[in-house]
Amino acid sequence: MPFGGLLAYLVSFAIMAGIYAVFSLGLNIQWGYTGLFNIGIAGFFCIGAYISALITLSPPSGTYAEYVHQAFALNMPFPVGLLGAAVVCGIIAFLIGIPTLKLEEDYLAIATIGIAETVRLIFNNEQWLANGPRGLTGLPQPLSGIVLPRYYNYIYLIIVVTALVFIYFLIERAIRSPWGRVLRAIREDEVSTAMSGKNIFSFKMQAFVFGAMVMGIGGALYAHFTIAISPEVFTPLYGTFIIWVMVMAGGSGNNKGVILGAFVIWAIWTGSQFLTAYLPYTLKSRAPYIRFLIIGILLEIILISRPKGILGEEKRVSKMTD
Amino acid sequence: MLELIVYGIVLGSIISLGAIGLSLVYGILQFANFAHGDLMTAGAYVALFLITGPFAWLGISDKTFGPFSFGWRMVIAFPLSMLAVAGLSILLDRLLYQKLRKRGSSRVILAMSALGASFIIRMGVLIIWGADSLFYRSGLLRPALELPAGIKIRPDQILILIIVAVLVILLHLFLQKTKMGKAMRATADNMELARISGIDIERVIMWTWGIGGGLASAAGILYGIDVQLHPGMGWNFLLPLFAASILGGIGNLYGALVGGLIMGVVQQVSTAFLLPTYKPAVAFIIMILLLLIRPQGLFGGKTR
Repeated sequence: MPFGGLLAYLVSFAIMAGIYAVFSLGLNIQWGYTGLFNIGIAGFFCIGAYISALITLSPPSGTYAEYVHQAFALNMPFPVGLLGAAVVCGIIAFLIGIPTLKLEEDYLAIATIGIAETVRLIFNNEQWLANGPRGLTGLPQPLSGIVLPRYYNYIYLIIVVTALVFIYFLIERAIRSPWGRVLRAIREDEVSTAMSGKNIFSFKMQAFVFGAMVMGIGGALYAHFTIAISPEVFTPLYGTFIIWVMVMAGGSGNNKGVILGAFVIWAIWTGSQFLTAYLPYTLKSRAPYIRFLIIGILLEIILISRPKGILGEEKRVSKMTD
Repeated sequence: MLELIVYGIVLGSIISLGAIGLSLVYGILQFANFAHGDLMTAGAYVALFLITGPFAWLGISDKTFGPFSFGWRMVIAFPLSMLAVAGLSILLDRLLYQKLRKRGSSRVILAMSALGASFIIRMGVLIIWGADSLFYRSGLLRPALELPAGIKIRPDQILILIIVAVLVILLHLFLQKTKMGKAMRATADNMELARISGIDIERVIMWTWGIGGGLASAAGILYGIDVQLHPGMGWNFLLPLFAASILGGIGNLYGALVGGLIMGVVQQVSTAFLLPTYKPAVAFIIMILLLLIRPQGLFGGKTR
């Protein structure tokens, strides 16, 4: 592969890994720090992507309008799309949290699977909402005018990294505040935290909504990178499972760890693509399943042999204590 | 409408088999087995493998029984697949959950591990059989019987109801009459107390997985006979299974039976108003309403 091609490949690799790192940070707030068992990340991923698409696209015109149906098209700039994605995901998370956050953690898990499946079914079946199974295409890319299209990915990498760094410092700040210590106290021992006079439900809700908003931003970043989105992307495999593996691999409760996990697992995932070139011809079409099988086995190995992940949790999170 | 209710009872009986197993595992092991739906898938495909592979090779007759859509091959494959999936779930416990349990991992980590197992099973099915829908027998469906009030029902569907009833009665007798059944109920009530009374907990857990896996396998095969086989079938059943066991009160097996029937009927009747693909979403909405109004289930379960 010529050097230019390799560099372009690495850039698009870094963009996708960076987007997955955003999801991993979102999950880390919920699971790593608060112990909330969300296995419906794909739902927030999907909502974030679609909301940002609907906000930034311009209404279809001409013959296009006959084939493309969407509930609304606001033609607003990219940052508004990101913000809208975060806000809508936050609202959905709030609504899901009301019945489930007071119950045991497994109920939240089942409810989040439910919301992810339901969201995907709605986008798949409701033509009027966002063009049904064919999805939306032609999403605008921010700052796309300033460089040649073939160099655009460098610009987008800068955007993703900026978002990632901003979210990272936001979470680090929050988690080192008294607020963050309450979350960790809830994760470790709910009863004694409640006895210290903390409103468990309210803190859990804040963490759940915060994490979901970060996931919504991740979804929007994804949508504007791939330009086209359709419901089949947001399956439990690509949308939820792989992100869990990233967080478990990197070390839940450690923001640097989960970013590292996102890059490592994404490298394994994309790297396994090259391995499948050696498969016998009859198995070629089933290569993606073999790659997912590897990721699944990897998760089980991590859970059993290295439950704290690569980096493990940072024990000291306050600069006030030694 | 009446016809939809009848079909709903058939679907519900299949959900019940899965939900009973799920509830049993939850009651004794205290964690949500997200792989339960995919154990159903595994059962359905093991039976398919036996029917199209070894049994065809052995030359077992492919003829069907009278009005039914299957023959001797299925009769032999059914119990063998139940045993195979019982073995698979015990194996998963030995390889994964037992290690986590011994280390004192939280219930959530166990559930995570089960989710991983569910993906591994599904990927295995996809690698071997591919993503298309399959049938145990190609060809036309058998003609339906005409019941009073214009309800059409296939003979297969009547048999499904009978098989489910037999399995549930057998499970009931097992839990009430045998020593292992009593040990299982005692463990579900209070594991520490059961341990002190000299009950071998690991054996109880093995039986729990065996029964849960066997019932899941039966449910998967029956769904395969009634509708079709698909690698995603188990995952689509996961929400109705959980909804049914929460409806019946988690850990309450008779509740899970009734919960399954209710979920089947509601899902089937919803197709009169909504697209059939929305069935899992209907199960989800009912579950959310239930969690809001009565999280302990209709009949009460373990207080958690």
